[in-house]
Amino acid sequence: MVELQDTHKKFQKELSAGTVSLALLSILAQSEEPLYGYQIGKLVGAGEDETTGVMVKQGAIYPVLRSLESQGLLSSERELSDSGPPRRYYRATNDGQEALQTWIAIWEETKSFVDNVLGGDYQ
Amino acid sequence: MKTADELIKTYLADLKVALRGADKATIQDALADAEEHLRTALESEGVETEAETEAIQSIINEYGGAEEIAQAYKNWEVSLPPALASTPAARRSASVANGTSAGGRSYPGFFGIYADPQAWGGLVYMLISLITGILYFTWAVTGLSLSLSVMVLIIGIPVTILFLLSFRGVAFLEGRLVEALLGERMPRRASFTDSNLPWGERLIMLLTGKATWLSLLYMLLMMPLGVIYFSVMITLLTLALSFIISPAGVVYMLASGIPVSIIRTHNISWVMTPSQAILVSLVIACVGMVIITCSMHLARFVGKIHGKFAKALLVSD
Repeated sequence: MVELQDTHKKFQKELSAGTVSLALLSILAQSEEPLYGYQIGKLVGAGEDETTGVMVKQGAIYPVLRSLESQGLLSSERELSDSGPPRRYYRATNDGQEALQTWIAIWEETKSFVDNVLGGDYQ
Repeated sequence: MKTADELIKTYLADLKVALRGADKATIQDALADAEEHLRTALESEGVETEAETEAIQSIINEYGGAEEIAQAYKNWEVSLPPALASTPAARRSASVANGTSAGGRSYPGFFGIYADPQAWGGLVYMLISLITGILYFTWAVTGLSLSLSVMVLIIGIPVTILFLLSFRGVAFLEGRLVEALLGERMPRRASFTDSNLPWGERLIMLLTGKATWLSLLYMLLMMPLGVIYFSVMITLLTLALSFIISPAGVVYMLASGIPVSIIRTHNISWVMTPSQAILVSLVIACVGMVIITCSMHLARFVGKIHGKFAKALLVSD
């Protein structure tokens, strides 16, 4: 069973690699104001319930944010807060907004492809 | 029972251990992200001091285990070559540096160096290092002497803290410059400092931090290095360019009827025939081409060495 658990984990990890990028980009593109990591983590975690298991740990979104930023889809700014440590605020760039539209289209295609296969309608 | 602060420190230490083997700059980035997140989360939850310990445990749990998060950063590092690594060769060397793929590091051919972004980056870096070197040195010396002289006054402490902080800021900026031009992976986030600490503690932290003094040393060393880099590069480039345009000069002299001589002392003078003059100037131009190509190789080499040097001094363990 342990081995099977590992297989499940591996599958989930591979599957989430691209979808997390899509989710983060979408969250930031929809948000009217820039968000910092902790807020984004909360939003990512909001739609989940305990039984399905957390899709992505909050700490794992930071490398993805950096990766999106290095591709020019996000921009970030460090701001001092009144009471706590400084925070890095992320926002989607224009390139990011454009990329999101393409990514959504790719996602729709992938989704209908997988749905068709799983439903047995592909032949 | 550990306090929230101790739990955060323990987690960061675990994360650092889990990240062993990753690039130093990645480790610094990952630790900065984690500390910022955990402290921000703790503050945003707005819990009572007594409940902080429990709160931070669940925050850390949601953040993810040290091993898991370390793996996420390592994966990210592999998929993201450093800046300038847009050529296949640079990508290859980036992935080799990460230990993910086999195969030797590629070196561009003798003339292939002109297509190598790292050589151009090194060239630009060497030329601007005179200016940055002077700026860093001046700032470091001003900061040091001003801090020392006002140390006895009450205003001395904030002034010293500001200068010491600025050294770290300069180190971060120089890191960005080094990554952009020399292709050496450097931190993408400034290291985390807790702004809630009282002045005295911050000063002690800065004074005892190895990073502060290594940054200062780097800023001081950049002055002589900058002068050397700039002088060597500008000398080579001027020499090579003057050699390369020499045929144009000879053609101009011949066209204007000026005799071309290569030896002229008080009693001997060898005036060349036009064909001899053109032949000699073409040979000189070829030598110029060789010199300028060698200079590009030198720029690439110096850039690589300097990148390692900058990383050793500017990125703390």
